[in-house]
Amino acid sequence: MDRHRCATRITTLLFVFCTPVLAAPDHPRQAQLQHLLVQDCGACHGLHLTGGLGPPLTREALAGKSRDSLIATVTQGRPGSAMPGWAPLLGPDDIRWLVDRLLQGTPAP
Amino acid sequence: MIRSLLSLTACALLLSACAQPALRGTGDLGVVVERTTGSLQIIESDTRTALARVEGLGDLSHASVVFSRDQRYAYVFGRDGGLSKVDLLSARIDRRIIQGGNSIGGAISQDGKLIAVSNYEPGGVKVFDAQTLEPVADIPATPLPDGQKRSRVVGLVDAPGQRFVFSLFDTGEIWTADFSQNQTPRIERFTAIGRQPYDALITPDGRYYMAGLFGEDGMAQLDLWHPEHGVKRVLGHYGRGEARLPVYKMPHLEGWAMAGQQAFVPAVGHHQVLVMDARTWQQTGTIAVAGQPVFVTARPDGRQLWVNFAYPDNDRVQVIDTQTHAIIADLRPGPAVLHMEFTARGDQVWLSARDGGEVQVWDPYRLERLSSLPALSPSGIFFSSRAHKPGY
Repeated sequence: MDRHRCATRITTLLFVFCTPVLAAPDHPRQAQLQHLLVQDCGACHGLHLTGGLGPPLTREALAGKSRDSLIATVTQGRPGSAMPGWAPLLGPDDIRWLVDRLLQGTPAP
Repeated sequence: MIRSLLSLTACALLLSACAQPALRGTGDLGVVVERTTGSLQIIESDTRTALARVEGLGDLSHASVVFSRDQRYAYVFGRDGGLSKVDLLSARIDRRIIQGGNSIGGAISQDGKLIAVSNYEPGGVKVFDAQTLEPVADIPATPLPDGQKRSRVVGLVDAPGQRFVFSLFDTGEIWTADFSQNQTPRIERFTAIGRQPYDALITPDGRYYMAGLFGEDGMAQLDLWHPEHGVKRVLGHYGRGEARLPVYKMPHLEGWAMAGQQAFVPAVGHHQVLVMDARTWQQTGTIAVAGQPVFVTARPDGRQLWVNFAYPDNDRVQVIDTQTHAIIADLRPGPAVLHMEFTARGDQVWLSARDGGEVQVWDPYRLERLSSLPALSPSGIFFSSRAHKPGY
Protein backbone atom coordinates (compact mmCIF):
# COMPACT_ATOMS: atom_id res chain seq x y z
CA MET A 1 0.00 0.00 0.00
CA ASP A 2 2.70 2.39 1.12
CA ARG A 3 4.84 1.40 -1.76
CA HIS A 4 1.94 2.00 -4.10
CA ARG A 5 1.28 5.48 -2.65
CA CYS A 6 4.94 6.29 -2.94
CA ALA A 7 4.99 5.19 -6.56
CA THR A 8 1.93 7.32 -7.25
CA ARG A 9 3.63 10.29 -5.66
CA ILE A 10 6.76 9.77 -7.68
CA THR A 11 4.69 9.45 -10.84
CA THR A 12 2.82 12.64 -9.95
CA LEU A 13 6.07 14.44 -9.23
CA LEU A 14 7.57 13.23 -12.47
CA PHE A 15 4.46 14.39 -14.27
CA VAL A 16 4.52 17.80 -12.62
CA PHE A 17 8.19 18.36 -13.38
CA CYS A 18 8.35 16.72 -16.76
CA THR A 19 5.25 18.12 -18.45
CA PRO A 20 6.45 21.72 -18.66
CA VAL A 21 9.94 20.57 -19.58
CA LEU A 22 8.65 18.37 -22.36
CA ALA A 23 6.48 21.17 -23.72
CA ALA A 24 9.01 23.93 -23.19
CA PRO A 25 10.94 25.47 -26.07
CA ASP A 26 14.60 24.41 -26.26
CA HIS A 27 17.36 26.64 -24.94
CA PRO A 28 18.19 28.54 -28.13
CA ARG A 29 14.48 29.19 -28.61
CA GLN A 30 14.17 30.36 -25.01
CA ALA A 31 16.95 32.87 -25.62
CA GLN A 32 15.12 34.14 -28.70
CA LEU A 33 11.88 34.41 -26.77
CA GLN A 34 13.54 36.22 -23.89
CA HIS A 35 14.98 38.69 -26.38
CA LEU A 36 11.56 39.12 -27.97
CA LEU A 37 10.02 39.71 -24.56
CA VAL A 38 12.48 42.43 -23.63
CA GLN A 39 12.79 44.18 -26.98
CA ASP A 40 9.56 43.66 -28.89
CA CYS A 41 6.99 43.23 -26.12
CA GLY A 42 9.00 45.99 -24.43
CA ALA A 43 8.33 48.32 -27.36
CA CYS A 44 4.79 48.80 -26.02
CA HIS A 45 4.98 47.47 -22.46
CA GLY A 46 8.29 49.12 -21.57
CA LEU A 47 11.80 47.75 -21.45
CA HIS A 48 11.28 46.90 -17.77
CA LEU A 49 7.67 45.87 -18.51
CA THR A 50 6.44 48.76 -16.39
CA GLY A 51 3.93 49.76 -19.07
CA GLY A 52 3.60 52.19 -21.94
CA LEU A 53 1.01 52.05 -24.64
CA GLY A 54 0.32 48.59 -23.23
CA PRO A 55 -0.30 47.94 -19.52
CA PRO A 56 2.49 46.95 -17.11
CA LEU A 57 3.39 43.23 -17.17
CA THR A 58 5.38 43.05 -13.97
CA ARG A 59 4.71 40.17 -11.60
CA GLU A 60 2.86 42.53 -9.27
CA ALA A 61 0.70 43.88 -12.10
CA LEU A 62 -0.23 40.37 -13.20
CA ALA A 63 -0.96 39.04 -9.71
CA GLY A 64 -4.38 37.40 -9.62
CA LYS A 65 -4.69 37.15 -13.40
CA SER A 66 -5.31 33.63 -14.71
CA ARG A 67 -2.65 31.95 -16.79
CA ASP A 68 -5.24 30.82 -19.32
CA SER A 69 -6.62 34.30 -19.91
CA LEU A 70 -3.08 35.66 -20.35
CA ILE A 71 -2.31 32.91 -22.86
CA ALA A 72 -5.54 33.75 -24.70
CA THR A 73 -4.62 37.45 -24.80
CA VAL A 74 -1.15 36.81 -26.20
CA THR A 75 -2.49 34.26 -28.70
CA GLN A 76 -5.48 36.19 -30.02
CA GLY A 77 -4.70 39.76 -29.08
CA ARG A 78 -7.15 42.09 -27.44
CA PRO A 79 -9.73 43.62 -29.77
CA GLY A 80 -10.19 47.35 -29.28
CA SER A 81 -6.64 47.76 -27.99
CA ALA A 82 -3.26 47.87 -29.71
CA MET A 83 -2.42 44.31 -28.56
CA PRO A 84 -1.96 42.04 -31.61
CA GLY A 85 -2.51 38.29 -31.61
CA TRP A 86 0.87 36.53 -31.73
CA ALA A 87 -0.43 33.18 -33.05
CA PRO A 88 0.88 33.90 -36.58
CA LEU A 89 4.44 34.23 -35.22
CA LEU A 90 4.61 32.09 -32.08
CA GLY A 91 3.62 28.53 -31.32
CA PRO A 92 1.44 27.56 -28.33
CA ASP A 93 4.54 26.35 -26.44
CA ASP A 94 6.30 29.65 -27.04
CA ILE A 95 3.32 31.59 -25.74
CA ARG A 96 2.93 29.39 -22.63
CA TRP A 97 6.62 29.82 -21.89
CA LEU A 98 6.39 33.60 -22.27
CA VAL A 99 3.35 33.85 -20.01
CA ASP A 100 5.06 31.70 -17.38
CA ARG A 101 8.11 33.96 -17.53
CA LEU A 102 5.87 36.97 -16.92
CA LEU A 103 4.04 35.28 -14.03
CA GLN A 104 7.37 34.37 -12.44
CA GLY A 105 8.62 37.93 -12.89
CA THR A 106 11.19 38.15 -15.63
CA PRO A 107 14.42 39.79 -14.48
CA ALA A 108 15.18 43.28 -15.80
CA PRO A 109 17.75 43.36 -18.63
CA MET B 1 61.54 92.35 -11.68
CA ILE B 2 58.58 93.70 -13.54
CA ARG B 3 59.79 92.05 -16.75
CA SER B 4 60.10 88.65 -15.10
CA LEU B 5 56.64 89.03 -13.58
CA LEU B 6 55.25 89.87 -16.99
CA SER B 7 56.88 86.89 -18.63
CA LEU B 8 55.61 84.68 -15.82
CA THR B 9 52.09 85.95 -16.41
CA ALA B 10 52.50 85.37 -20.14
CA CYS B 11 53.65 81.82 -19.46
CA ALA B 12 50.68 81.20 -17.14
CA LEU B 13 48.30 82.56 -19.75
CA LEU B 14 49.81 80.38 -22.42
CA LEU B 15 49.61 77.33 -20.19
CA SER B 16 45.99 77.95 -19.28
CA ALA B 17 45.21 78.42 -22.95
CA CYS B 18 46.77 75.02 -23.63
CA ALA B 19 44.65 73.43 -20.92
CA GLN B 20 41.43 74.59 -22.61
CA PRO B 21 39.86 72.08 -24.95
CA ALA B 22 40.01 73.09 -28.59
CA LEU B 23 37.13 75.26 -29.69
CA ARG B 24 34.56 73.45 -31.76
CA GLY B 25 31.01 73.74 -33.07
CA THR B 26 28.16 71.31 -32.48
CA GLY B 27 26.34 71.54 -35.83
CA ASP B 28 27.72 68.23 -37.09
CA LEU B 29 27.04 66.36 -33.86
CA GLY B 30 24.25 64.03 -32.94
CA VAL B 31 23.28 61.37 -30.43
CA VAL B 32 22.53 57.67 -30.64
CA VAL B 33 20.19 56.27 -28.00
CA GLU B 34 21.39 53.03 -26.43
CA ARG B 35 18.08 51.81 -25.14
CA THR B 36 18.92 48.94 -22.81
CA THR B 37 21.83 50.57 -21.04
CA GLY B 38 20.25 54.00 -20.60
CA SER B 39 23.15 55.69 -22.35
CA LEU B 40 23.78 57.96 -25.32
CA GLN B 41 26.68 58.10 -27.70
CA ILE B 42 27.64 61.51 -29.00
CA ILE B 43 28.53 61.16 -32.67
CA GLU B 44 30.10 63.39 -35.30
CA SER B 45 28.70 63.00 -38.80
CA ASP B 46 31.63 64.71 -40.51
CA THR B 47 34.15 62.09 -39.40
CA ARG B 48 31.58 59.33 -38.83
CA THR B 49 32.95 58.72 -35.37
CA ALA B 50 31.70 58.41 -31.82
CA LEU B 51 33.12 61.08 -29.51
CA ALA B 52 31.81 60.04 -26.12
CA ARG B 53 29.25 58.05 -24.19
CA VAL B 54 26.93 59.62 -21.62
CA GLU B 55 25.43 57.26 -19.04
CA GLY B 56 22.79 57.41 -16.33
CA LEU B 57 19.78 58.43 -18.42
CA GLY B 58 17.34 55.84 -17.04
CA ASP B 59 14.93 53.76 -19.11
CA LEU B 60 15.49 54.78 -22.72
CA SER B 61 13.08 52.37 -24.38
CA HIS B 62 11.19 54.60 -26.77
CA ALA B 63 13.40 57.61 -26.02
CA SER B 64 13.38 60.71 -28.18
CA VAL B 65 15.52 63.82 -28.32
CA VAL B 66 15.18 67.51 -29.21
CA PHE B 67 17.96 70.14 -29.33
CA SER B 68 18.44 73.64 -27.97
CA ARG B 69 18.61 76.30 -30.66
CA ASP B 70 22.32 76.85 -30.02
CA GLN B 71 22.67 73.10 -30.76
CA ARG B 72 24.71 72.59 -27.61
CA TYR B 73 22.18 70.73 -25.50
CA ALA B 74 20.20 67.57 -26.23
CA TYR B 75 16.98 67.10 -24.25
CA VAL B 76 16.34 63.40 -23.78
CA PHE B 77 12.85 62.10 -23.01
CA GLY B 78 12.97 58.69 -21.32
CA ARG B 79 10.24 56.12 -20.86
CA ASP B 80 10.52 56.39 -17.08
CA GLY B 81 9.52 60.06 -17.04
CA GLY B 82 13.14 61.20 -17.00
CA LEU B 83 13.94 64.51 -18.72
CA SER B 84 17.68 65.00 -19.13
CA LYS B 85 19.56 67.96 -20.55
CA VAL B 86 22.83 66.68 -21.98
CA ASP B 87 25.73 68.99 -22.86
CA LEU B 88 27.18 67.80 -26.17
CA LEU B 89 30.41 69.75 -25.64
CA SER B 90 31.33 68.43 -22.21
CA ALA B 91 29.53 65.08 -22.79
CA ARG B 92 27.86 65.37 -19.40
CA ILE B 93 24.35 65.54 -18.01
CA ASP B 94 23.76 69.22 -17.25
CA ARG B 95 20.43 68.69 -15.51
CA ARG B 96 18.05 65.81 -15.02
CA ILE B 97 14.58 65.50 -13.49
CA ILE B 98 11.96 62.77 -13.20
CA GLN B 99 8.83 64.62 -14.30
CA GLY B 100 6.31 61.78 -14.65
CA GLY B 101 5.84 58.05 -14.34
CA ASN B 102 5.74 56.99 -17.97
CA SER B 103 6.44 59.26 -20.95
CA ILE B 104 6.47 58.98 -24.67
CA GLY B 105 8.09 62.06 -26.18
CA GLY B 106 8.63 65.77 -26.15
CA ALA B 107 9.09 69.00 -28.05
CA ILE B 108 10.85 72.35 -27.79
CA SER B 109 8.98 75.63 -28.29
CA GLN B 110 9.42 77.98 -31.22
CA ASP B 111 11.50 80.38 -29.10
CA GLY B 112 13.53 77.53 -27.60
CA LYS B 113 12.64 78.50 -24.04
CA LEU B 114 10.10 75.78 -23.19
CA ILE B 115 10.36 72.00 -23.18
CA ALA B 116 7.08 70.04 -23.27
CA VAL B 117 6.78 66.34 -22.41
CA SER B 118 3.85 64.06 -23.25
CA ASN B 119 3.02 61.54 -20.59
CA TYR B 120 1.12 58.28 -20.42
CA GLU B 121 1.21 58.33 -16.63
CA PRO B 122 -0.03 60.70 -15.33
CA GLY B 123 -1.79 61.33 -18.67
CA GLY B 124 -1.11 64.86 -19.88
CA VAL B 125 1.60 67.30 -20.89
CA LYS B 126 4.10 69.00 -18.60
CA VAL B 127 6.08 72.04 -19.64
CA PHE B 128 9.47 73.10 -18.30
CA ASP B 129 11.91 75.97 -18.56
CA ALA B 130 14.48 74.86 -21.14
CA GLN B 131 17.39 76.36 -19.23
CA THR B 132 16.65 75.24 -15.68
CA LEU B 133 14.07 72.44 -16.18
CA GLU B 134 11.93 74.18 -13.54
CA PRO B 135 8.21 73.45 -14.03
CA VAL B 136 6.24 76.05 -15.99
CA ALA B 137 2.85 74.46 -16.70
CA ASP B 138 0.92 71.24 -16.14
CA ILE B 139 -1.81 70.29 -18.62
CA PRO B 140 -3.72 67.22 -17.36
CA ALA B 141 -5.49 65.23 -20.07
CA THR B 142 -9.16 64.23 -20.03
CA PRO B 143 -10.01 61.78 -17.23
CA LEU B 144 -11.08 58.28 -18.28
CA PRO B 145 -14.47 56.88 -17.29
CA ASP B 146 -12.90 54.78 -14.50
CA GLY B 147 -12.20 58.07 -12.74
CA GLN B 148 -8.65 57.11 -11.80
CA LYS B 149 -6.57 57.51 -14.93
CA ARG B 150 -6.37 60.17 -17.58
CA SER B 151 -5.95 59.76 -21.31
CA ARG B 152 -2.46 58.98 -22.53
CA VAL B 153 -0.94 61.72 -24.67
CA VAL B 154 0.90 61.09 -27.95
CA GLY B 155 2.03 62.99 -31.04
CA LEU B 156 3.30 66.10 -29.24
CA VAL B 157 4.88 68.67 -31.60
CA ASP B 158 5.78 72.34 -31.53
CA ALA B 159 3.90 74.69 -33.82
CA PRO B 160 4.46 78.30 -34.91
CA GLY B 161 3.12 80.98 -32.59
CA GLN B 162 4.65 79.44 -29.47
CA ARG B 163 2.20 76.57 -29.48
CA PHE B 164 2.31 72.87 -28.73
CA VAL B 165 -0.12 70.44 -30.35
CA PHE B 166 -0.82 66.91 -29.14
CA SER B 167 -3.33 64.04 -29.31
CA LEU B 168 -5.14 62.08 -26.63
CA PHE B 169 -4.97 58.36 -27.41
CA ASP B 170 -7.74 57.09 -25.17
CA THR B 171 -10.31 59.85 -25.64
CA GLY B 172 -9.72 60.68 -29.32
CA GLU B 173 -8.90 64.38 -29.05
CA ILE B 174 -6.42 66.93 -30.41
CA TRP B 175 -5.46 69.84 -28.16
CA THR B 176 -3.45 72.98 -28.84
CA ALA B 177 -1.68 74.83 -26.01
CA ASP B 178 -0.77 78.42 -26.81
CA PHE B 179 2.04 79.95 -24.72
CA SER B 180 2.31 83.17 -26.76
CA GLN B 181 0.71 85.43 -24.15
CA ASN B 182 2.26 84.14 -20.96
CA GLN B 183 3.25 80.94 -19.24
CA THR B 184 -0.37 80.00 -18.55
CA PRO B 185 -1.34 78.32 -21.80
CA ARG B 186 -4.57 78.92 -23.63
CA ILE B 187 -5.92 75.43 -24.42
CA GLU B 188 -8.16 74.62 -27.35
CA ARG B 189 -9.73 71.16 -27.50
CA PHE B 190 -10.96 69.29 -30.56
CA THR B 191 -12.99 66.22 -29.60
CA ALA B 192 -14.26 63.18 -31.54
CA ILE B 193 -11.35 63.40 -33.97
CA GLY B 194 -11.25 59.60 -34.48
CA ARG B 195 -10.44 56.50 -32.48
CA GLN B 196 -7.02 56.03 -30.90
CA PRO B 197 -4.66 58.59 -32.46
CA TYR B 198 -1.26 56.86 -32.06
CA ASP B 199 1.22 59.47 -33.31
CA ALA B 200 1.24 62.68 -35.30
CA LEU B 201 3.32 64.98 -37.45
CA ILE B 202 3.23 68.57 -38.58
CA THR B 203 4.04 69.87 -42.06
CA PRO B 204 7.33 71.80 -42.33
CA ASP B 205 5.51 75.13 -42.62
CA GLY B 206 3.72 74.32 -39.38
CA ARG B 207 0.29 74.56 -40.96
CA TYR B 208 -1.18 71.05 -40.92
CA TYR B 209 -1.12 68.78 -37.88
CA MET B 210 -1.94 65.19 -38.84
CA ALA B 211 -2.64 62.44 -36.32
CA GLY B 212 -2.58 58.81 -37.49
CA LEU B 213 -5.45 56.72 -36.18
CA PHE B 214 -5.05 53.20 -34.88
CA GLY B 215 -8.66 52.46 -33.93
CA GLU B 216 -9.89 53.14 -37.46
CA ASP B 217 -8.45 53.89 -40.88
CA GLY B 218 -7.24 57.34 -41.80
CA MET B 219 -5.71 60.42 -40.27
CA ALA B 220 -7.17 63.38 -38.41
CA GLN B 221 -6.02 66.70 -39.83
CA LEU B 222 -6.07 70.08 -38.12
CA ASP B 223 -5.34 73.19 -40.22
CA LEU B 224 -3.59 75.46 -37.72
CA TRP B 225 -4.14 78.43 -40.00
CA HIS B 226 -7.87 77.80 -39.69
CA PRO B 227 -8.56 76.00 -36.43
CA GLU B 228 -12.13 77.34 -36.67
CA HIS B 229 -12.71 74.80 -39.45
CA GLY B 230 -12.16 71.98 -36.99
CA VAL B 231 -10.54 68.59 -37.53
CA LYS B 232 -11.06 66.82 -40.87
CA ARG B 233 -10.56 63.18 -41.83
CA VAL B 234 -8.12 62.29 -44.56
CA LEU B 235 -7.19 58.88 -46.02
CA GLY B 236 -10.39 57.55 -44.52
CA HIS B 237 -10.72 54.55 -46.79
CA TYR B 238 -7.27 53.18 -47.32
CA GLY B 239 -7.84 49.86 -45.66
CA ARG B 240 -11.32 49.26 -47.00
CA GLY B 241 -12.03 45.72 -48.09
CA GLU B 242 -8.69 44.37 -46.91
CA ALA B 243 -8.17 42.60 -43.63
CA ARG B 244 -5.79 44.48 -41.40
CA LEU B 245 -2.84 42.42 -40.24
CA PRO B 246 -1.88 42.23 -36.59
CA VAL B 247 0.33 45.25 -35.82
CA TYR B 248 3.48 44.19 -33.95
CA LYS B 249 4.91 47.69 -33.84
CA MET B 250 3.13 51.00 -34.16
CA PRO B 251 4.25 53.10 -37.13
CA HIS B 252 5.95 56.38 -36.37
CA LEU B 253 4.99 59.66 -37.93
CA GLU B 254 8.09 61.78 -37.72
CA GLY B 255 8.63 64.77 -39.88
CA TRP B 256 7.01 64.80 -43.24
CA ALA B 257 8.01 62.70 -46.22
CA MET B 258 7.22 64.91 -49.17
CA ALA B 259 8.34 65.12 -52.77
CA GLY B 260 6.84 67.88 -54.85
CA GLN B 261 3.15 67.73 -54.06
CA GLN B 262 3.17 64.11 -52.94
CA ALA B 263 3.13 63.13 -49.28
CA PHE B 264 3.94 59.62 -48.05
CA VAL B 265 2.81 57.93 -44.83
CA PRO B 266 2.96 54.37 -43.45
CA ALA B 267 -0.29 52.35 -43.61
CA VAL B 268 -1.32 50.74 -40.32
CA GLY B 269 -1.68 46.97 -40.56
CA HIS B 270 -0.87 46.77 -44.27
CA HIS B 271 2.33 46.17 -46.23
CA GLN B 272 1.94 49.55 -47.89
CA VAL B 273 3.15 53.10 -48.03
CA LEU B 274 0.29 55.46 -48.82
CA VAL B 275 0.65 58.35 -51.24
CA MET B 276 -1.49 61.44 -51.14
CA ASP B 277 -1.71 64.76 -52.91
CA ALA B 278 -0.66 67.42 -50.40
CA ARG B 279 -2.91 70.05 -52.01
CA THR B 280 -6.15 68.09 -51.84
CA TRP B 281 -5.17 65.45 -49.22
CA GLN B 282 -6.74 62.79 -51.42
CA GLN B 283 -5.05 59.42 -51.66
CA THR B 284 -3.40 59.04 -55.04
CA GLY B 285 -1.68 55.69 -54.69
CA THR B 286 -0.25 52.87 -52.63
CA ILE B 287 3.23 51.39 -52.81
CA ALA B 288 3.54 47.71 -51.89
CA VAL B 289 6.49 47.14 -49.55
CA ALA B 290 8.16 44.24 -47.74
CA GLY B 291 6.36 44.50 -44.42
CA GLN B 292 4.43 46.86 -42.18
CA PRO B 293 6.29 50.17 -42.45
CA VAL B 294 7.43 51.90 -39.26
CA PHE B 295 9.29 54.98 -40.51
CA VAL B 296 8.84 56.45 -43.99
CA THR B 297 11.71 58.92 -44.19
CA ALA B 298 12.46 61.14 -47.17
CA ARG B 299 15.98 61.98 -48.26
CA PRO B 300 16.17 65.75 -47.74
CA ASP B 301 16.07 66.36 -51.51
CA GLY B 302 12.79 64.40 -51.66
CA ARG B 303 13.88 62.01 -54.41
CA GLN B 304 14.01 58.87 -52.24
CA LEU B 305 12.11 57.35 -49.36
CA TRP B 306 13.82 55.03 -46.91
CA VAL B 307 11.40 52.67 -45.18
CA ASN B 308 11.96 50.30 -42.28
CA PHE B 309 9.58 47.68 -40.97
CA ALA B 310 7.91 46.15 -37.95
CA TYR B 311 8.86 42.76 -36.54
CA PRO B 312 9.32 40.20 -38.14
CA ASP B 313 10.54 42.13 -41.23
CA ASN B 314 12.72 44.52 -39.25
CA ASP B 315 15.97 43.31 -40.81
CA ARG B 316 15.04 45.05 -44.07
CA VAL B 317 15.11 48.58 -45.43
CA GLN B 318 13.58 49.47 -48.77
CA VAL B 319 14.41 52.52 -50.81
CA ILE B 320 11.64 53.96 -52.99
CA ASP B 321 11.98 56.37 -55.91
CA THR B 322 9.40 59.08 -55.28
CA GLN B 323 8.89 59.79 -58.99
CA THR B 324 8.29 56.24 -60.21
CA HIS B 325 7.23 54.68 -56.87
CA ALA B 326 9.55 51.77 -57.75
CA ILE B 327 11.57 50.04 -55.05
CA ILE B 328 15.12 50.74 -56.16
CA ALA B 329 16.93 48.96 -53.35
CA ASP B 330 16.04 46.16 -50.98
CA LEU B 331 18.66 46.33 -48.25
CA ARG B 332 19.35 43.97 -45.40
CA PRO B 333 21.53 46.12 -43.19
CA GLY B 334 21.26 43.89 -40.12
CA PRO B 335 18.88 42.57 -37.50
CA ALA B 336 16.27 44.96 -36.06
CA VAL B 337 16.73 48.24 -37.92
CA LEU B 338 14.89 50.67 -35.67
CA HIS B 339 15.60 54.15 -36.98
CA MET B 340 17.07 56.11 -39.90
CA GLU B 341 18.38 59.65 -39.75
CA PHE B 342 19.65 61.77 -42.64
CA THR B 343 22.18 64.52 -42.26
CA ALA B 344 20.52 67.87 -42.95
CA ARG B 345 21.84 68.05 -46.50
CA GLY B 346 21.29 64.37 -47.16
CA ASP B 347 24.82 63.20 -47.97
CA GLN B 348 24.58 60.49 -45.30
CA VAL B 349 21.89 58.37 -43.74
CA TRP B 350 22.56 56.67 -40.42
CA LEU B 351 20.75 53.44 -39.50
CA SER B 352 20.57 51.74 -36.13
CA ALA B 353 20.66 47.94 -36.16
CA ARG B 354 19.60 47.15 -32.61
CA ASP B 355 20.30 43.43 -32.57
CA GLY B 356 23.43 43.83 -34.68
CA GLY B 357 24.82 46.13 -32.00
CA GLU B 358 25.89 48.78 -34.48
CA VAL B 359 25.07 52.02 -36.17
CA GLN B 360 25.71 52.14 -39.92
CA VAL B 361 26.45 55.11 -42.11
CA TRP B 362 25.24 54.89 -45.71
CA ASP B 363 25.71 57.02 -48.79
CA PRO B 364 22.11 57.33 -50.01
CA TYR B 365 23.17 58.34 -53.52
CA ARG B 366 25.47 55.38 -54.14
CA LEU B 367 23.40 53.11 -51.88
CA GLU B 368 26.62 51.96 -50.27
CA ARG B 369 27.52 51.42 -46.68
CA LEU B 370 30.38 53.73 -45.72
CA SER B 371 31.14 52.56 -42.22
CA SER B 372 29.69 51.24 -39.01
CA LEU B 373 30.17 52.03 -35.36
CA PRO B 374 29.58 49.68 -32.43
CA ALA B 375 26.66 50.64 -30.19
CA LEU B 376 24.72 48.91 -27.41
CA SER B 377 21.18 48.08 -28.61
CA PRO B 378 20.95 51.36 -30.55
CA SER B 379 17.50 52.78 -31.29
CA GLY B 380 16.92 56.45 -32.14
CA ILE B 381 19.54 58.57 -33.94
CA PHE B 382 19.17 62.35 -33.73
CA PHE B 383 21.35 65.01 -35.36
CA SER B 384 21.62 68.49 -33.85
CA SER B 385 20.39 69.95 -37.15
CA ARG B 386 16.94 69.11 -35.80
CA ALA B 387 17.33 72.21 -33.63
CA HIS B 388 16.22 74.36 -36.55
CA LYS B 389 13.52 72.11 -37.96
CA PRO B 390 10.07 72.92 -36.62
CA GLY B 391 8.13 69.85 -35.55
CA TYR B 392 11.25 67.79 -34.70
